[in-house]
Amino acid sequence: MNAPVKPSNLIKGATGDWEMVIGIEVHAQVTSNAKLFSGASTAFGGNPNSHVSFVDAAMPGMLPVINGECVRQAVRTGLGLNARINLRSVFDRKNYFYPDLPQGYQISQYQSPIVGEGEVVVDLADGTSFTVGIERLHLEQDAGKSLHDQHADMSAIDLNRSGVALMEIVSKPDLRSSEQAKAYVTKLRTILRYLGTCDGDMEKGNLRADVNVSVRRPGEPFGTRCEIKNVNSIRFIGQAIEHEARRQIGILEDGDSIDQETRLFDPDKGETRAMRSKEEAHDYRYFPDPDLLPLEFSQSFVEALRADLPELPDQKKARFIADLGLTPYDAAVLVSEHECANFYESVLGGLADARRDGKVAANWVINELFGRLNKEGLSIAASPVSASQLAAIIDLIGEGTISGKIAKDLFEIVWTEGGDPRVLVDERGMKQVTDMGAIEKLVADIVDANPDKVAQVRAKPQMIGWFVGQVMKASGGKVNPQAVNDLLKTKLGL
Amino acid sequence: MSVDAATVRRIAHLARIAVDDAEVPHLQGELNAILAFVEQLQEVNVDGVEPMTSVTPMAMKMRPDAVNDGEIADKIVANAPVTHDHFFLVPKVVE
Amino acid sequence: MTNLTSLTLAEARDGLARKSFTSLELADAHLAAMERARVLNAYVLETPERAREMARQADERIAKGEGGPLNGLPLGVKDLFATEGTRTTACSRILDDFKPPYESTVTSQLFTRDGAVMLGKLNNDEFAMGSSNETSCFGPVVNPWRRQGSDVKLVPGGSSGGSASAVAAGLCLGATATDTGGSIRQPAAFTGTVGLKPTYGRCSRWGIVAFASSLDQAGPITRTVRDAAILMRSMAGHDPRDTTSVDRAVPDYEAAVGKSVKGMKIGLPREYRLEGMPAEIEKLWSQGAEWLKAAGAELVEVSLPHTKYALPAYYIVAPAEASSNLARYDGVRYGARAGGSNIVEMYENTRAKGFGAEVRRRIMIGTYVLSAGYYDAYYLRAQKVRTLIKKDFEDCYDAGVDAILTPATPSAAFGIGQKVGGNPIEMYLNDIFTVTANMAGLPGIAVPAGKDSQGLPLGLQLIGRPFDEETLISLGEVIELAAGRFTPEVWW
Repeated sequence: MNAPVKPSNLIKGATGDWEMVIGIEVHAQVTSNAKLFSGASTAFGGNPNSHVSFVDAAMPGMLPVINGECVRQAVRTGLGLNARINLRSVFDRKNYFYPDLPQGYQISQYQSPIVGEGEVVVDLADGTSFTVGIERLHLEQDAGKSLHDQHADMSAIDLNRSGVALMEIVSKPDLRSSEQAKAYVTKLRTILRYLGTCDGDMEKGNLRADVNVSVRRPGEPFGTRCEIKNVNSIRFIGQAIEHEARRQIGILEDGDSIDQETRLFDPDKGETRAMRSKEEAHDYRYFPDPDLLPLEFSQSFVEALRADLPELPDQKKARFIADLGLTPYDAAVLVSEHECANFYESVLGGLADARRDGKVAANWVINELFGRLNKEGLSIAASPVSASQLAAIIDLIGEGTISGKIAKDLFEIVWTEGGDPRVLVDERGMKQVTDMGAIEKLVADIVDANPDKVAQVRAKPQMIGWFVGQVMKASGGKVNPQAVNDLLKTKLGL
Repeated sequence: MSVDAATVRRIAHLARIAVDDAEVPHLQGELNAILAFVEQLQEVNVDGVEPMTSVTPMAMKMRPDAVNDGEIADKIVANAPVTHDHFFLVPKVVE
Repeated sequence: MTNLTSLTLAEARDGLARKSFTSLELADAHLAAMERARVLNAYVLETPERAREMARQADERIAKGEGGPLNGLPLGVKDLFATEGTRTTACSRILDDFKPPYESTVTSQLFTRDGAVMLGKLNNDEFAMGSSNETSCFGPVVNPWRRQGSDVKLVPGGSSGGSASAVAAGLCLGATATDTGGSIRQPAAFTGTVGLKPTYGRCSRWGIVAFASSLDQAGPITRTVRDAAILMRSMAGHDPRDTTSVDRAVPDYEAAVGKSVKGMKIGLPREYRLEGMPAEIEKLWSQGAEWLKAAGAELVEVSLPHTKYALPAYYIVAPAEASSNLARYDGVRYGARAGGSNIVEMYENTRAKGFGAEVRRRIMIGTYVLSAGYYDAYYLRAQKVRTLIKKDFEDCYDAGVDAILTPATPSAAFGIGQKVGGNPIEMYLNDIFTVTANMAGLPGIAVPAGKDSQGLPLGLQLIGRPFDEETLISLGEVIELAAGRFTPEVWW
């Protein structure tokens, strides 16, 4: 894709402007109980070589048998990426030697992947959005782990991850800045989590990215790219791209050329460096795995999975805007994390009138709850205020039992002490005063006690706010400010 | 097509088989004899012919997603030349 | 008492049923014969204790009126089949003292399910790569047959040379074998035994050390066609652990023995009439055709136009798959490891020392034909040629042919060392008649049919429709009845 060059994405070099071209291969661990080709567990951790079968250890005569759930997860993901599903795909062997690759080859899909072209719409913080093309998605095996720090002159091999199913999701080189790249991976991760096909846990390495970076003069053909392997946080993706682009610009501006190579990102130094083991060009000798058959399924298999897909973030966002009148910004915030959207929807489910109060609920979830959680460094799962408690608070506002101000006090009590908001309101006398006679008395008392202010307000009607404030204060916040306002106007003849 | 000595060395390295310089000419001769023998395939017209993927045509069966294997670390490392604490040990790998 | 080691599998089965002798007696007789015949080098591992224990258990089952179809019958196992707790090496140094913590599907059916007794592990060409059993790290197997008036040691063929030699010499009642390009049928022909390679997918490959995944099939080597049928039934069957194994009921193959072949159409492929083929082979082939005709079969000349390309295509596909299948032998998780100052050196030294010359050669060829820039010209083209080879057979069978009759080998057994060290192609040509069935995934049987002028056995091959092993058994028995049994004189 050659999208129009956005000036804000250009990097100033010593000799003029440069544009980055970025493509990303995301390796996402498929959520499944067992491995792609064996019945060993995919559970994280475990004692060394405990989640390993004879197949995973590549014992002589062992054969792979495919896990149907991994196939379904890949198809679901393809559907979530609006991608073409290939009813026939082929598993190939990618041959290379590495101690954590027990078979001496990785079973992957090379020429015929299970999922073809698709696209992802990505929202940026400034409210704009852009589309990233998906080149393909294929299934493959993860490798084991080599630990280099346990012995002085030996590496230790643990095959627990060997054979776990991965989806490699390859984007087109459509990204033009580190911001876009980070936003793309974030969005992809969100989609996978909505689908339940990958937990997106980057700390555990369940989602990691190989980032291809090149630079060019705006409008020129693609430059030579370098691949930064195994970047395992979104922040590092941004840092790695920034460093790599500047490194390449430096080389080019010195009149040298870029070597196409594989590099590693060092988070401590914030730099990329060439892999030391890459002294030779790889020749993977792909060929179809003769232990397996072509992977074939029917369109109805795909349609059944499609019918079962959950609502995805883009659809959810559109529904929040259309049905509940949320602003696009609020809607985007709420759907950005599956857990956030789920919490918000639980609040909606607890409301007496979700259509009326949905927007208020969005404000409460985003501003009061998320704000507070952020401040205290808590995850939504650890929120002291549950969705049903928050719904009860919003219902109390909506039905006029408490004012918005009291509601904030109530929220504070629920946050720190817990309890049923309705019971708390009763027990602590927080109910809004609805007895008009009592409110009239409060109004009359304030008016009578302040003749000078009365004179002033008659000349300057916006002074009424002072009277409202006094009445609210006298009532302990338990009267409806609108009712006070109306009564004052009558009483003062405004 | 035939291979030269450099190709023999490259292929041997790709296959991770150490080859003495003294062995190279002999290996080169053998490989070229085999390549000359298979050269006759070039005369077959294969236009429009599908490559064989499965000699007995059938659909690939899928396994249910059940954990029914593993937890046999003792057996996994039982035949290994060097182990420690159920890890396989190899000469240090540089990344 | 009868000589227990000269019985057929069927005779021994019936004798056990009649309680004429015990399983332990059978096992002991064979263990003794094995000891006397060590000069043949057929066994690379004798397991007498295990054999006697299994025989005792079989006798207990007989006493209780229980036991599977092979109960108490002593068999040998090619060293390519993983046997739990018993050293399995594929006759390669690289597997060293590997003791599999698992049992192959085929041997577990034979021994655990059907009650047979394992005598030991049989020699074979290293990783089944060879046609003379001379590439084994345990040294060559000697054919129990010798030329008349000669004591020159001959090869038994390969790669299942130990299986063929042991069966011919009465060192087991039957043996498991595997066939990737002719490794069951060629040694059977060289030793006067019966070798049956079933349809690809008929037997599970799980637990058999892989050579070339798309070609490898297990099958029996026995002294008679009936015995092959009996063993085939116990070896065949669907295995959910092997994706390429076929989910199809296993027939009672023995019921096909003695079934009339009247009206069957037998194809004689003109492309198998090689220039310079020895007259005795030609004569044997015609004789076989006559026998089948006499039994009521109809003989037709057929054409399999791509026959001559089968062997060159095989020498691309098989090494390519092997180069990848043998990548796992890296000195990390099992087997021998050679030293090295870093991981790459360790790999290179381990594999240079662990693999023999033929295996190294095939790995290198396979690596080359898959490497960047050559895949299309070699591997892809070979797999297309394979499609054409298969189609030749399909056209034949579509025209009503029931089976195809060919010679099994272009010559009788040759001398040990006679073809070593020369052009590798000369050795490869041994498989010229057998390799087509592997390329097309079809069943093939080799049946002894006569002797050459020097008194060495020669075999004929029948190639059948997919999953029609029964027709091969019926036809094979016709040849067997006409040609008679072939037993070497004991000289060892």
